[in-house]
Amino acid sequence: MSTTADHPVEKIGEASAQYVDERLGSNKFLGRNLGKVFPDHWSFMLGEIALYSFIIVLLTGTFLTFFYNPSMVEVIYNGSYVPLKGVQMSEAYASSLNISFEVRGGLLIRQMHHWSALIFVAAMAVHMFRVFFTGAFRKPREFNWLVGVGLTALALGAGFTGYSLPDDLLSGTGLQIIRGILQSIPLVGTWAAFLVFGGEFPGTDIIPRLYAAHILLIPGILLALISVHLMMVWTQKHTQFPGPGRTNDNVVGYPLLPVYMAKAGGFFFIVFGIIALIGGLVTVNPIWIFGPYTPDQVSAGTQPDWYIGWLDGALRLMPNWENVIAGFTISWNVLIPSVIIPGILFTGLALYPFLEAWASGDKREHNLLERPRNAPVRTGIGVAAIVFYGILWIGGGNDVIATTFNLSFNALSWTLRITLIIGPPIAFLITKRICLGLQRKDREKLLHGYESGRVLRLPHGEFIEVHQPLNYKELAVISAKEDLAVLPAPEKTDADGVRNPTYRVDQLRHKLSSWFLRDNITRPTDAEIEAGQAHASHTAALEAPLNEYELQDEDPVGHGGVLHHPGMPMTNQEQIDQRQ
Amino acid sequence: MTELTSTSPSQEDGHENTPAKLGHSPVAPIPHRLRVTDTDPKAARRAERQVASMFTLSMVFIILAVIAYATIDKFATIYIPVLGEVGTSNVVLGLTFGIAVFLIGAGAIQWAKKLMPDVEVVQERHDMVSEKSDDQLAAAQYERGKDESGFARYKLIRRSLLGALALFPIPLVVVLRDLWITPADSPSPTEILSETLWTSGKRIVSDGTYVPVRPEDLPVGGLVSALPEGIMEVQEEEHNMNARGKATIILVRMDPDQIRSQQGEGWDYNGILAYSKICTHVGCPIALYEQRTHHLLCPCHQSTFDLADSGAVIFGPAARNMPQLPISVDEEGYLIATQDFAQPVGPSFWERDRT
Repeated sequence: MSTTADHPVEKIGEASAQYVDERLGSNKFLGRNLGKVFPDHWSFMLGEIALYSFIIVLLTGTFLTFFYNPSMVEVIYNGSYVPLKGVQMSEAYASSLNISFEVRGGLLIRQMHHWSALIFVAAMAVHMFRVFFTGAFRKPREFNWLVGVGLTALALGAGFTGYSLPDDLLSGTGLQIIRGILQSIPLVGTWAAFLVFGGEFPGTDIIPRLYAAHILLIPGILLALISVHLMMVWTQKHTQFPGPGRTNDNVVGYPLLPVYMAKAGGFFFIVFGIIALIGGLVTVNPIWIFGPYTPDQVSAGTQPDWYIGWLDGALRLMPNWENVIAGFTISWNVLIPSVIIPGILFTGLALYPFLEAWASGDKREHNLLERPRNAPVRTGIGVAAIVFYGILWIGGGNDVIATTFNLSFNALSWTLRITLIIGPPIAFLITKRICLGLQRKDREKLLHGYESGRVLRLPHGEFIEVHQPLNYKELAVISAKEDLAVLPAPEKTDADGVRNPTYRVDQLRHKLSSWFLRDNITRPTDAEIEAGQAHASHTAALEAPLNEYELQDEDPVGHGGVLHHPGMPMTNQEQIDQRQ
Repeated sequence: MTELTSTSPSQEDGHENTPAKLGHSPVAPIPHRLRVTDTDPKAARRAERQVASMFTLSMVFIILAVIAYATIDKFATIYIPVLGEVGTSNVVLGLTFGIAVFLIGAGAIQWAKKLMPDVEVVQERHDMVSEKSDDQLAAAQYERGKDESGFARYKLIRRSLLGALALFPIPLVVVLRDLWITPADSPSPTEILSETLWTSGKRIVSDGTYVPVRPEDLPVGGLVSALPEGIMEVQEEEHNMNARGKATIILVRMDPDQIRSQQGEGWDYNGILAYSKICTHVGCPIALYEQRTHHLLCPCHQSTFDLADSGAVIFGPAARNMPQLPISVDEEGYLIATQDFAQPVGPSFWERDRT
C-alpha cells in the first residue's frame, strides 16, 4: 500500500488495513469493490427498505427477549395496568404487559418491532412487484427470484409466530384458527394439530414452541437467505433501466465509495428514524385492551396483521363445502382457502421465471430491465394476481367494511366471491390492452416523433402539423424495446413420416409462446427510427424561424439534461479538480 | 443525433429465433447537469453547513432522549390532539430518538446529493457463464475425484452409502412423535376431540361467576355464556384450558313456539337451548346473537347459524350445524346437561365422522 495517509487517524486506518490484509488478503477485495458501480433508481430502494427494517426487527427483537417470558403458566397479574389487576393470565401475556408498562422505553421498542415487521413485509411485497413487472427475474437472476419467494414465505411465518407470542385474546384466536386449519388437512391433520400444540388445543406448549421458531429458527434462515440474496446481487451486478449510455453489457451509476455508501447508509438511518417516530406516535397492537387469552372468548372485528389478511379473507369468502368420503371428512371450506390457494400462489410465483423462459425460448442474459408495457402478458398476469390478492385482502375486512358503510355483509361477501372469479381475467385483459396501446404510442413516437399540436402553414400554402424529434433520453428508453419471435409450430411428423415424439409438448410450448408474444407491436428498425426522427427534425426545422426569438436563451439541446461537451467535467476527479 | 447500434446476431447459445446477445443497445452520452454547488462556492459552503448542522442536531436529540429516559415518569400521560391521551415517555423517547437517527440519514444523503460528485460512471459487465477452460478444469477435477475414490468402480460401497444417507434422517423425524407426550393408555386424538366435560346431570354454571344457572335467570331473548360445574377445579388440576375450550356453551331462551327444529327430541328446556360456543368452521368462540332472528354470527369469518332451526348454517364458510347440548333441570331447579354432545364440537377433522 502506498503511503498517502497524512492525518493521524488515517495512519491508524492504513496500518489496520495492512494488518488485516496480511492475514486475509482483504485489500485485493477492497481495491476491486470499493469502486463498484450501482445503478440508481427510486424503485431500487424498495429492497433496501426491506433489508433495513429487517435489521431493525432484529435489534428491537433482541431487546424484547430480555424481558419476554414465553410461558403459559397461569399467574395473577399484579402490575401497574389497573384494569387487569388481579386477572389470571399466562406469564407470556403478563411479561408482554410488563414490557409495555414497566420497562421504560419498552413500549417504544415493542411498537418499533411491530411496525418494522409490518414495513418489512410490505417493502418485500412491493420490491417483488418491481422485480416482476420489470422482468428482473429473467436469466441470470432466476435463483435470486426463488430466494426472494422463500424470503416472502418465511416473512409471513415470522410475522405470524411473532404476533401470536403476547398470548392476548387476539393472538390466541389466531392460533385457534391455525388449529382449525391444521385439522382440515386430510389423513395427517388431526395428528399434526396434536403434535404442534403438544396435545389438545390450547395446551401449554404452543407459546414456547412458537418462541423458538420466532427468535431462532425463522430469523436464522431469513438471515442466511438474505445474505445469499445480497451476495447474488453483488456477483451478478444490479440490473438497470434502459437509458442513454446504458446497455445490456454495462452498469451506469454511482460508485460504492463514497456516493452509494452515503446514500444507502444514510437511507438506513432514515428508515430507522421513521420507524422510531411511528413507534413513538402510533399505537400498534394494544394488547392490554384485548385481555388475556381464553379459548371461550373472542372480540368482534378481529383482524390479523395486514399480510395475513388475504388468508383470513380467503377463509371468509370460501363457500361451505365439506365432504364425507368413505367415512373420512374433507373440509374443503378450510382446506382450499388456507392450504391449497396459498400453495398454488407460492408455487406459481416460484415457477414463473422458468415458465416464461420456456415459453419465450429466450436464453440470453438480461441486465437491462424491461418496461412493463413491453411484456403485456407478464404485466397482465401480475396485475391479475394483485387483483386476486386484493379481493381476498378486502374479504379479510368484510365485517369492518360492512359495518362502516352500513352494507349487508351477505351481499358484500357474494360480491367479493364473484369479483374474485371474474376480476382477475378482466384485469388481465384491460392491463394487456393498455400495454399494447402504450406500445403503439411508442412505435408512433419512434417513427414520427412527438406531435407538437402546432399547425404550421408553409409559404406555398400547405398546412402541416409540426412533429418534433424525441429527446435523446426518451429515444434511448423507447428504442431499447426488444422483439421476440413466436416459437414455430412443431411438425407432427418429419420429412420421412416419422412421428415427432415431443409433438404435444412442443405444441403446448408454441401455443404458450404465441399467447405471450403474438400481440406485441413490432419495434421499427434502426433505419426507420432514424428516418422518422430525421423527418420530425425536418418539419420542426420549418418552424424554427418563428421560434428564433423565443429560443435564443434556451439550451440548444433542451429537454432536461446538458449533453457533455468539451470543457465540462465528466469524471469525478475532473469535477472535483475543477471545483477547487 | 443519437446513434443506435446492434450487435451482430450469433446463434451460439440462444434460441434460433433470437439473437444470442441482446441487440439494440442504446448508446448515447450519459446526461449530466451541473448543480449549483458545483458552480457556486457559496452554495457549496451552505450545503456543508446544512450537513454539519444535521449531524450536530442529531447529537442534541440523542442527549435529549437520554434525559427524557431518566426524568420522565413512566406512568405520566399527555394529551396530544389526534393521538389522544398517550404515555409521555413513549412519545418523547420516540420523537427524540427518531429525529436524531433521521437526521444522521438526512445529513448523509444531503452530503451525497449536494457535495459528492454526481457524474455517473460506467462499468462493464460480463456474462455469468465460465470460460471454456474453467469448465474443462472443473470437469477434469471431477473425473480425477471419481477416479481416485473409485466411486464408479465400487458399486457396493456406492449403493450402501446412498442407502445409509437416505436412512440417517429418519430418527430425526421420528423423535418429533413426542411433541405430544402420551401415556400408554392415552386416548386417541379422535377420542379426545369427541369428549367434553358434559355428562348426564352435570350442572350448568355461568361463565365468570361460576354460579349454577336456573331457568328463571334467563329471560326470553337472552344469551348466557356457560360452562360445566367444576370447570375451575379441572383447570387447576390439568394446568391448562383444554377442557374449557371444548365444553364452553351458550344458553339462549326463545319462545318455545319459535323453535322450528332441534338436533334431538326435547333437547330444550321450556325454550332454553344450549349450543356449543365453538364455531364448526375453524373454532372461534361465538357470542354475537341477534335475538329477533335467532341468528348466531361468528365474528371471525361471519358464519351464521339459526339457533331456532337446529343451529343450521344459513350463511358463511361453516359447513356444519352448531352442536346442541341436551339439557333439563335437576330436582333443585338448576339447569343440567342430560348427556354429552352427540357429536364432536369445533372444527371438522379427518376422522370426525368415524366416531
